[in-house]
Parts: sequence; structure tokens; C-alpha cells
Amino acid sequence: MENGFCSPRNDTFPAGLRVLVVDDDPTWLKILEKMLKKCSYEVTTCGLARDALSLLRERKDGYDIVISDVNMPDMDGFKLLEHVGLEMDLPVIMMSVDGETSRVMKGVQHGACDYLLKPIRMKELRNIWQHVFRKRIHEIRDIENHESLEAIYMIRNGSDHSDDGHLLSMEDLTSVKKRKDIENKHDDKDLSDASSMKKARVVWSVDLHQKFVKAVNQIGFDKVGPKKILDLMNVPWLTRENVASHLQKYRLYLSRLQKERENDLKCSFGGMKHSDVSPKDPSGSFGLQNSANTQQNDVVNGSYRFSVNNLLVQNVDPNNKHEDESIVSEPTAEPERASNTSHLPDPHKTKNSQMVFNHSFDSLESEVNLTAFDSTIPTNYSWSEVPEMEFNQEHKPLTSVENGFSNLPLLDPPHHIHVDQLQSVSSTSSKPSSVDRGITGPVNIKPHKGEYGSSQVNCVTSTVSTTNSFQTKTIMVNDQALEPIYTSTCTMRTQGFNQSRITDLESTQRNQTLGNGSPFVSFDDELRVLFQGDCYGVDLGLHNVDFPEYNAPGHIDEVPFHLYDSLRPSYEYLCETAEFYNRSTTIHSMN
Amino acid sequence: MERNHLQRQIAVMRQSLFDQGLVDEQFVQLEELQDDANPNFVEEVATLYYRDSSRLIHNIDQALMKRPLDFHKLDSYMHQLKGSSSSIGAKKVNAECNQFREYCQIGSAEGCVRSFQQLKKEYGALKKKIEAYFQMVRQAGPDKTACSRN
Repeated sequence: MENGFCSPRNDTFPAGLRVLVVDDDPTWLKILEKMLKKCSYEVTTCGLARDALSLLRERKDGYDIVISDVNMPDMDGFKLLEHVGLEMDLPVIMMSVDGETSRVMKGVQHGACDYLLKPIRMKELRNIWQHVFRKRIHEIRDIENHESLEAIYMIRNGSDHSDDGHLLSMEDLTSVKKRKDIENKHDDKDLSDASSMKKARVVWSVDLHQKFVKAVNQIGFDKVGPKKILDLMNVPWLTRENVASHLQKYRLYLSRLQKERENDLKCSFGGMKHSDVSPKDPSGSFGLQNSANTQQNDVVNGSYRFSVNNLLVQNVDPNNKHEDESIVSEPTAEPERASNTSHLPDPHKTKNSQMVFNHSFDSLESEVNLTAFDSTIPTNYSWSEVPEMEFNQEHKPLTSVENGFSNLPLLDPPHHIHVDQLQSVSSTSSKPSSVDRGITGPVNIKPHKGEYGSSQVNCVTSTVSTTNSFQTKTIMVNDQALEPIYTSTCTMRTQGFNQSRITDLESTQRNQTLGNGSPFVSFDDELRVLFQGDCYGVDLGLHNVDFPEYNAPGHIDEVPFHLYDSLRPSYEYLCETAEFYNRSTTIHSMN
Repeated sequence: MERNHLQRQIAVMRQSLFDQGLVDEQFVQLEELQDDANPNFVEEVATLYYRDSSRLIHNIDQALMKRPLDFHKLDSYMHQLKGSSSSIGAKKVNAECNQFREYCQIGSAEGCVRSFQQLKKEYGALKKKIEAYFQMVRQAGPDKTACSRN
């Protein structure tokens, strides 16, 4: 597992390991203390989770590892686990007398590095140093590897915030079948079994991610494939699917970084607006992937917003927020991005999109300001998922080019699918964030806000309803349904863009009216519940733009054309256009 | 000779704890933790267990008197008791804990009451036996505990 990495800090390493034990049961506390002492560990015991937390906060570097009971009267063990993960980033071992799979899973999902069943044996405790050791190895790697830091940051955010409901919902949405189908299509080497997908909820701990990054670097970006990575990582319980989905995320993450860089560049050129749009998309893809993996709440939120933005171009603000968060969490990431940007070439997509999106961009900004985001979330989710499946295939070549990951190598065919979609999306959306940062972006945004603020608020609710209808459809239809949805999204984008250009206010009003009519409210509610924390207002923008077109069949048909026209030069999608067109019509008929 | 006799008695008593299914291998684990720093570790743990669990037993008693029964709360109490009982390897008490929780699951008040009676019986029986055992061990002196093991 360790791949022969550096040795521990000192010769006596396992001895003197500082362990904090938290259990409300004094008997177990006494036994564990004794056992740990016999292992030559330095033990601190604590009968209350709250006390443990304050101990940890007082001495942030005072402990190497935490062992906590799951059931405690003053604070749920999982809660403590979350806090420790967020604030201290210490390895946490959960323990309980209950070995129910769901409980153990919950612990692992919340970031526990191990889950011990009572009665706990000393031999189990003797080995806990490995968690500390593993972490140290990765920390060293972090220092060595800049990229890995960024990736970690991203991963951490997601894992810390993830909660069960969210994950579950994601899983439901992303049906195993769909994935399998995709994989079968694109991955000739390894056909994954559908059942394994269900188990794909892997919390990508920092350690795990480090292994992943290391494997990727070893293989080289041009040649990476999930199977190769899996073999290199040598983690027995990890499945190829886990790695594949993580690889997608990772690529998206990198692509997003690139986009941001690109955006910065574009801002200087003056054709910034388009780039802004594209950044949003990548984030959206992130969110989707993340949810599938069960890892990252934060990311998901951001991604949601992004995806919506792509379609509607409204979410610029959310994107910015997302970036801000990331910055805060990891200052180091920023410098890298900047440097990367310089290297990255401008994507083709950006150019195209620029033409179309400038107007929409303004409208988006105003929406962001409004901050009525709850309802929008559901939509984003459906969008992001659907597009990934189908879009990827079509856009693969494009994506790679667009993202222009200077650092990143070409994606493998199977992998490409997911990544590509994201990238393509991102090309549209990614830039908004940069815009905010950039000089040009803010200027444009402000006026729009003033004009449209009130109208936008109303729109949000309407969008939600529309979104719901989309989602419900997709769910019902399964794979087939997904495709149509995807197309619809595409149409939405174009429409949104067009409308935004023409008249922001009018479009929003239309959207509102249209949205109210949608019958799928109940569905939205469910979605909202799942995603509540994450989604801010990503969907708002989309709603405004999309709705008018959606309602009118004629508009939809037109949309594909627009998209194609814009896309063709950069992407060479001639063949695909026909497909899109069909899809759009399907959507239309569905509506 | 007398020491040997006492030693034999201790060994027999200890073995009967296992033979009667009162304790499981966790008890052996505790014995292995005993060392110079804590020569009476097993007894200390057992004492702590009985002190702490009596509070839980009382709580469960109280909860069982209320109607309707709060099965969720009862289950939570019993979860605690089970965890605690696992610390000294109180095998039969543990089994009753499981039984009780099953009754909680199906919402059987009668089953809960009945199994709790049984649980208390096992709980008391173990306490009695184990206290007698520790008393004899103490009589034999610290050194002899180790000999009493297989």
C-alpha cells in the first residue's frame, strides 16, 4: 500500500502515538486506555464527545488519532467525526457494539478510517498507527506535489460535508444501468458489473486520493485508465468503478482549473464573457460526479450551480462563491491555478460561446445576486447527470481540445466520456467565476442586477417547477429518458443564451409563468431535501432562460441549430448535430 | 498445601464461569491486560461495569413502567447496556440484551418486560458469581491470579 514511502518520523514511531479515546461508557474507556497503554501509546480518555472536541480544539496538534464510540448521549459519534475531519483532519476510528452494515457504512461515509466492533481486541488497537502513518506519507507527498494539494482540497471539501441523504439520492439518480451501458459502449477492456456500482460510494480520503494522484502521475496523463490506476493503487476494496468515477472527477477538477485560467486570459482579451459561461459547466459536472461517488457536498453544491449556469448562464455568482470557498480552504491552490492558466491555450469552445453568450452573461449575474437558490438545485442535478452520459461520447474530441489541459494528458476513451461532457459543459460555464474575479465581469454584472433583481427572484420559483418536470421524466424513462433530457438541456442553453441576449426581463417573466404550470412540484421537494445544503441558486439562471423555449416546441427545435452553429466551428460536430436535433424534438414531444 | 487448594478452587470457579456460559473470551482478554501496574484489572473493570450498568438498569426499569412504552428509548438504553456488558464479556446478559432489542423491534411490551426480568436475573447471577470469584482471588494474593489461568 505504501509503496515504500518514507519512513516514520522517528525510530520509535508507533510507540508514543497520541490517542484520544472518546466513549461514554466508563468501563470501555478503562479497558481501551489499558489496551492502548499496553501498545505503548499515549492515551487520553474522554467520556463526553463535547469535551473531546474542546480538547482537540485546544491542542490542535496534541493528538495523532481519535477513537470514538458511535453512540454517545451528548453528541452523535458521527457528528464528532465530522467535526474532527473538518477542523483537525485527524484520522478517526469509530467503534460500536453494532455491526450493522448501514452503521458501518455511515461511519465510513463520514470519513472514519476504520470501524471497530466491540468487544475490541488489543490486536486491533495495536495496528491503528497505520492510519497515522498513512496520513503522514500523504502529507509529505502533498508538499512534494502541488497538484495533489489542489486535488486534496477539492476532495476534502466534498467528503467533509457529504451526508447520507445526499449520497443516497445521487445514487438513485445515477442508475447503475446507465453507467453500465456507457461503460460497455466505451470501455472495451473492462466491463464492470452493475452490482459493483452500488458499492461505489467510496469516501476518497486524502490518503486514498494521494494514492490515486500518485498512480496517475506514474502512469502519465496520456495513458491513464481506471484499471491501471487501480492496479497501481493496490487498494483491495476499491473497485474499478470507484477509480473510474474518481478519475472523471479529477479530470473535471483539472479542467475546471484550466477553464478558470483561461477565463483569466480571456478577460484580458475582452471576450471574457463566454469563458465565464464555460466554467460553470465544469463545476456542474463536478457536482454530479461527486454525488455519484458520495464524496463531496461542497463540490456538489458548486457543481449544481455551475451546471445550471451553463444552461441558463445565470449562475455566475454561484460560481464565484464556489471559487471563493475553495480559495479559503486552500490558499495554495490559487497560485497554481494562476500559473496553469498562463500555460493553457484558449479553448475552441470559448470562442464560439463568446459570440452567443455575452448577453446572457449579464442576465446571469443579476440572478446570482438575487440569491433565491433553493428551488433551483433539483434541476441542476438532473441536468448534470444526464448530460454526462450521452454528451460525453459525442463531445469527447472536443472536450479534450477545449479544456486544453496543458498539464493533463489525453483522456482514455472510456474515461473520456464523462470528462468530456463535463468539459464541454464547462466551456460554456466555467468562465463566470473568472469573470467575477476579472475586471470586466463585475462591471457588466452590476447594471443587470439593478434592472432584473426583482424579476429574477420570481423566476427562481418557476424554474424549480420546470426542473422538476424534467427530472421526473428522466427518472421514469431511465436510460432512454436521459438522452432526451440531455438534448433538452442543450436546447435550453442555446435558448437561454438567445433570450438573454434579446431581452433579459421578458425571458424571465416568461419563465416564471411557464414554471408555475409544471406539475412536478412534489418531486422537487424530494430533490431539495436531498440537496438542500448544497444548492444555492444555481438553477435560477437556467429557469429564466430555459423556460420560455421549453414551453414552446418551436423554440426547442430551433435551439439545436443554434447550438450546432455555434459549436461546429470549434468542435466539428457535424454528425452530432443531427442527433441533437432528434433529441430536441423528443424532448419537445415529451413536454 | 492450603494455597494450592485455594488455587485449585479459584481455577474451578473461573472455569465454571465459562462452562455456565456466564462470560466469554472477552473475560480472558481482560485477564491478559492484567499486569503489575493493574494487578486487579479484571476486578476493577467488573466493579466499574456493575456500578455503571446499575444506573442503566434502573433507567430501563423506569422506562418499562411507562405506558405506552417508548421502544426507541428502550432500545437505546439496551444498546448502551449491551455495549457495556460486552466489556467484561457478560455473555448471558448480552444474549438477553439482544433478545430485548428484538422485542423492541417488533414492539412487544410483554416481550420486553419478560426479557428484562430474565436479563436482570442473569445480571444478578453473574454479579454474585463473579464477586465470589474475585474475593477468592484476592484471598490467594496477586501472584496467584496468573496461575489460575489455564
